[in-house]
Amino acid sequence: MKRKFIIIPLFFIFLFSLFFVSCGQQDQKQVDTSKLEKQIEELSKRLDDLSKKVDALIEEKAIVKAEVPAITINWWHAMRSARGEVVKNMINEFNASQSEYKVVGTNKGNYDETMNAGVAAFRAKKQPHLLQVFEVGTQTMMLSGAIYPVFELMKDAKIDVDWSRYLQAVLSYYMNADGNLMSMPFNSSTPIMYYNADMLKKAGIAPLSKDTPVTWDELGEITKKIVKANIAQAGMVTAWQSWTQIENYSAIHNIAFASKANGYEGLDCELEINNPQVVKHITRLKSWADDKRFMYGGQKYQGPKSEFIAQNVAFYIDSISGIAKLKKAVKDFKWDAAPLPVEAGTKKLQNSIIGGASLWVLTGHSKKEYKGVAAFLKFLAGNEMQEYWHKETGYFPITIDAYDSLKAKGYYDANPLQTVGINQLNRAIPTKISRGLRLGYFVQIRNIINEELEQVWNGKKSPQAALDNATARSNAQLRTFEKTYK
Amino acid sequence: MIKRSFFKSKYLPYLLIFPQLLVTLTFFYWPAVQGIFQSFLLSDPFGRKSKFVWFYNYIELFTDPLYLKSIFITFTFSIAVAFVSISLGLFIASMANRALKAKALVRTMLIWPYAVAPAISGIMWLFLLHPSYGIVALAIKEWLGVNWNPVLYGSDAMVMIVMASAWKQVSYNFVFFLAGMQAIPKSLIEASAIDGASPFKRFWFISFPLLSPTFFFLTVMNIIYSFFETFGIIHTVTQGGPGGSTNILVYKVYQDGFVGLNLGSSAAQSVVLMTLIIVITFLQFRFVEKKVQYSG
Repeated sequence: MKRKFIIIPLFFIFLFSLFFVSCGQQDQKQVDTSKLEKQIEELSKRLDDLSKKVDALIEEKAIVKAEVPAITINWWHAMRSARGEVVKNMINEFNASQSEYKVVGTNKGNYDETMNAGVAAFRAKKQPHLLQVFEVGTQTMMLSGAIYPVFELMKDAKIDVDWSRYLQAVLSYYMNADGNLMSMPFNSSTPIMYYNADMLKKAGIAPLSKDTPVTWDELGEITKKIVKANIAQAGMVTAWQSWTQIENYSAIHNIAFASKANGYEGLDCELEINNPQVVKHITRLKSWADDKRFMYGGQKYQGPKSEFIAQNVAFYIDSISGIAKLKKAVKDFKWDAAPLPVEAGTKKLQNSIIGGASLWVLTGHSKKEYKGVAAFLKFLAGNEMQEYWHKETGYFPITIDAYDSLKAKGYYDANPLQTVGINQLNRAIPTKISRGLRLGYFVQIRNIINEELEQVWNGKKSPQAALDNATARSNAQLRTFEKTYK
Repeated sequence: MIKRSFFKSKYLPYLLIFPQLLVTLTFFYWPAVQGIFQSFLLSDPFGRKSKFVWFYNYIELFTDPLYLKSIFITFTFSIAVAFVSISLGLFIASMANRALKAKALVRTMLIWPYAVAPAISGIMWLFLLHPSYGIVALAIKEWLGVNWNPVLYGSDAMVMIVMASAWKQVSYNFVFFLAGMQAIPKSLIEASAIDGASPFKRFWFISFPLLSPTFFFLTVMNIIYSFFETFGIIHTVTQGGPGGSTNILVYKVYQDGFVGLNLGSSAAQSVVLMTLIIVITFLQFRFVEKKVQYSG
């Protein structure tokens, strides 16, 4: 303790001595100023000459200007294996195309894990610039206050984007109520119906159209024939039942999934899936399950897909990303695809809705970096990248230009399967109901719907009771969500 | 006869337990306190909005009939797993204890499954019992005429996850029972054999009571195992389905918190789960342990 008292006066003595020394020096300087000024003039002249020479050299020999390190842009995504490779190639293309920015892509696991990684990073203030989030996380992201809306980003970076040249059914899923784009669509798909062409042939049924959907009644007749003739164990199977049989069924027939324009116009929305049309549809599927025209194969796609590949069923409803998977896996029979079935006598068929993920720009970075993000997003939306992405993964190209370009190259003639989804998606201008769903705790709501539907299939509940219950339980979730953000 | 060491310094013991204390504090108490605090909040995942709501999360939980169902499912599941794995472990151990040839080999083979991760065990049982590609499932359907379908029927799914969870734990129980049996003095069993006790009676009246500490320990361990570590099995085999029939508490915590990002509710569920485990363990020590005979 005693030493401290000694240090303090010593310190002051030191400071004073410094002060005196510097005062002395000032006097000396004043004498020398005229000399110094001359020297400075000379030096600045030399500098000017040098910089002129350097400029000349750069122009002449095109020496790379950038000893300046490139600005790093971090992108966390959920794309693995084959898709991960495609993403890597796209990033490399961008990095090679310019030297100002360097995009670093990191896989953070599956969709849940990637979103959690983003959330944790944001809390620790170490968030990436770009985060890929699945479609059910849209509402959470939008309300997070952690995002830089894409339409604003593009405006601020002075990049002119003609949003009308994008696939509207894709954009509309990620727009706010005013029609402004909040996140950049990345991988988007929609469900279609695959069928075993050999089985249909055996049953004496002509191949289905790729444009005009069959009606559910027609599908009922076809599956009845197939099951009766013992061509397959069961008629049809569906992957992602909530997405294909309730969300898309509602969108196609323009039936509200939830109030407040499916949640776009307010957090106080309520589910409305216990409406007569959906109940009727589920009742029909249940009766089909009883006479084997429909079988339940599990919540996700693995179970249903294996039923289709094992030729236990003739029809299989799943996302368009199934095309690539089936091409690889199916060797011993012919298969084809058709649009999702519809109700007979529907006056105007709406577009189906998408699934997949989009890219969110997170706040907390510098303007320079955001310029790079904008440039990268623009690059991704270019024809070349979109065509590459579509061909490699089967996800939709998101711009009309990329679609037209593929068409002009004869891609769709060579791959007619790819027209099914895109035509179904583009067959109408999205309405307030068919543009998408904007619900809080959507993950939980899908779980609830899955649980309740499973109880319909195994006979524990009637379709009406199950859908009533699903609605009530989901509404409780929506209220908790609303309470969190109010 | 109990050995005791004495420390001359007052502080040395504290210093020695300090590292362990630090680990326990940072990895158990700190998260637990955070969890309790979080369970009174409604907050958005990004942590920008947070509201103190008292017991809202708990009220929501206990007014949800499905949560109560999930508690019931968890108990059914863990009792079934503990019963199956302990009884099988005991049975196999008593058989292996009598094996004359290749004792060491038999034991090693029986211990093996314990090295398998729960998720892998789950996948293997799924391959055997999946209704459309499982070999055993096809056999059951073909020969027994049972309409086996764990994708559709909750009870079948429950049977499947109990089997997958118990199978792995049998080896664990086996090791402890075998060690326990070898610690039983041969003289006791021989004496009763001379008195004319049948093998079953010898087991029931001599081996079994002497195994009671092991038995007690394993019951606690198995219940804790089935409460928490079976997560991997549920995740790979049923994802809580069909119709929520295998949605045990720990899986629900994961689904609501990690996937659904409802942190408040998930934290409340964790607190409930923690309380349940504390109560169960306490009850076991309070009432069951009294009947345990620790020394021979």
